[in-house]
Amino acid sequence: MAYNQIIKDIEKEMKINFLSSEPAFNDEVYVKVRREDFKNTCLLFHKKLKAPVMMLFAVDETQNKGMFKLYCVFESVQFKKWFFIVTEIPENNPEYESLSSEMYSASLFEREIKEMFGLEPNLSPDSRRLNLHDEVWPEGSYPLRKSFDIKDIKESLKKEYVFRKTEGEGVFEVPVGPVHAGIIGPGHFRFSVAGEPIINLEIRLVFTHRGVEKLFENKLPEECLKLSECVSGDSVFAHSWAFCSAVEKIKVIKVAPKTNYQRAIFLELERIYNHLTGIGGIAVDVGFSFPHAYASIMKETVLSLNDKLTGSRYLKGINIIGGISKELSGNDTALLLETLKSLKKDFESLKKMLYANFTFMDRVETTGILNKVIAQDVGITGMAARASGINRDLRKDFGACYNKIEFNLPEQTKGDVLARLNVRISEIEQSILIIQQCVLLLNSADSSFNYELLLGNKFGLGYVEGWRGPVLYWLKINEAGLIDRCKIVDASFHNWQGLSYCAPGNIVPDFPVCNKSFDLSYSGNDL
Amino acid sequence: MIEIIKNSIIKGCVTRQIKPESALLNSSELESIGKELRNMINKHFNRSFHIREVDTGSCGGCESEIIAISNPVYDIQRFGVDFVASPRHADALLVTGPVSKNMELALKRTYEAMPKPNLVITLGDCALNGGIFKDSYYTLNGVKNVIPINFHIPGCPPKPLDIMRYMIKFFKGDNL
Repeated sequence: MAYNQIIKDIEKEMKINFLSSEPAFNDEVYVKVRREDFKNTCLLFHKKLKAPVMMLFAVDETQNKGMFKLYCVFESVQFKKWFFIVTEIPENNPEYESLSSEMYSASLFEREIKEMFGLEPNLSPDSRRLNLHDEVWPEGSYPLRKSFDIKDIKESLKKEYVFRKTEGEGVFEVPVGPVHAGIIGPGHFRFSVAGEPIINLEIRLVFTHRGVEKLFENKLPEECLKLSECVSGDSVFAHSWAFCSAVEKIKVIKVAPKTNYQRAIFLELERIYNHLTGIGGIAVDVGFSFPHAYASIMKETVLSLNDKLTGSRYLKGINIIGGISKELSGNDTALLLETLKSLKKDFESLKKMLYANFTFMDRVETTGILNKVIAQDVGITGMAARASGINRDLRKDFGACYNKIEFNLPEQTKGDVLARLNVRISEIEQSILIIQQCVLLLNSADSSFNYELLLGNKFGLGYVEGWRGPVLYWLKINEAGLIDRCKIVDASFHNWQGLSYCAPGNIVPDFPVCNKSFDLSYSGNDL
Repeated sequence: MIEIIKNSIIKGCVTRQIKPESALLNSSELESIGKELRNMINKHFNRSFHIREVDTGSCGGCESEIIAISNPVYDIQRFGVDFVASPRHADALLVTGPVSKNMELALKRTYEAMPKPNLVITLGDCALNGGIFKDSYYTLNGVKNVIPINFHIPGCPPKPLDIMRYMIKFFKGDNL
């Protein structure tokens, strides 16, 4: 079945004609609908593609067209396409019918659009703010509008955030954060507890909101490379690659296959060191410190290897638009393969240490279960989704430079901490395999990563499967070549909700290990 | 008890010597920097220097490097520096990030909770003046606009050895 068929089917079912539907690149399709049809169209795509909302965002075009544009994005594995449902919302009547009452994965996005652009989702089940805390930001100032000026902010109108109350005999609250005991980002967790088990967990985040999306605006893409590297410090390479590939698409720059294989190598190095941190973290969070120490030596080895190969421990400054600034030489790849070989040996003993320990296994098994149904409804992505039996991986789903590389996706279904640990362990092994294959392919001249380029589009989506999950950058560039809008979605944005659903039923002392098993980014979520 | 003794005899020593070289590091450089740091801590802080870390909106890179200096390879604890869980136990506050408006109050409260006299150290380029996030609608352009600071460790993020070097440099400067 061609992707056109699904669009025709939906038109037929809704008894309407879409305003237009056209491909923008060979992997992006834009379907334009009227505002009154927006909700039902999105719901039908959601149902037919069996996919959650991957992105939902607004673009301010009030200055030249007098309207806002709303984009709802779905991923289709079957067609290897991204479907963008687009509608226009007039400036003088900024409202639309809420999607989130029937499609939960849209909920956080709607709250974000409301506070950033002032677009009201009618009949929305949750009208609280998300990014701009009520205590510090007054009502009526919408920072992502083009007309926004920081001087216009009225200082007086501020409110206090109200946590949802869980009431009953013997129920008490445990507030934690935003400053935590460890060396970690800020976030507030409010546990409602009866006896030992958690009965509700409300997570209030966004303490690291810096207004990143606005900072991208009115700058040349080249100027924003460093900014994309600072969105999430542990996914530096995934973010800069996603940003670069969006720019490369828009600017019609072909990237050499060799560059792509090198990028793939760096991405896997990032995945390896982060998974090592996570595996060690899971062990120490149940009081098993030896594997943690062991894993952190291995992590340090990978960071030092990054430093040796590129001059940056966190792979900063490597991606440039259209290529990379540091090519791997023959000596580099030899060092890389040799280090991975000794790492693999250490990794085997780390695995043995964990799996052979009954107390450890007892703590992680059946702890923090996130079942598949909830994971699908909430729109969990990436590593956490794979642990709950949702086998999605952009590297497999869209191929690109991974077409010639063989690797397996982990098969986990239970969705507990152990499942997420297993996913991470198997991903490290697969990453090593991917790197070994990439090194062999480095010198092959064959090109398998070319967009069918359609000129004239000033917008496009860059996507990369980072270690946590998909990293998505949607960019729009104006006539002057400056960035007009940059929407970033890190996997953390979807997955933090998964954490709040997996905690109830567990005891409070098991929360850290649940948290670490998801290993989410504060800054990548907060932007 | 007998079981435990029996086990340890049968299994032998399960730990091993860490060679910084295996983590691709130059060990003599690390040792000499560490020794100097140790002397400074002995001199100024009576052998122990306790730090409380606060993230006010950093990307997480700086946190990763702060965690790295406590790993078994660098192991800054052996030189007298430790990271503590509460500001009430700390000699110094180590602040990263450009200070998001959402974190302003939490940073002030953490600072006020510390026993005096205390030090405030900023780490990473964005903590100094907002760095790459400067003049955003939601950042306060650096820690110095919220609480007084004593010294700054530059870098994006600074490498573990650089963090140690800048600490030594400050302690040597007779600013205490």
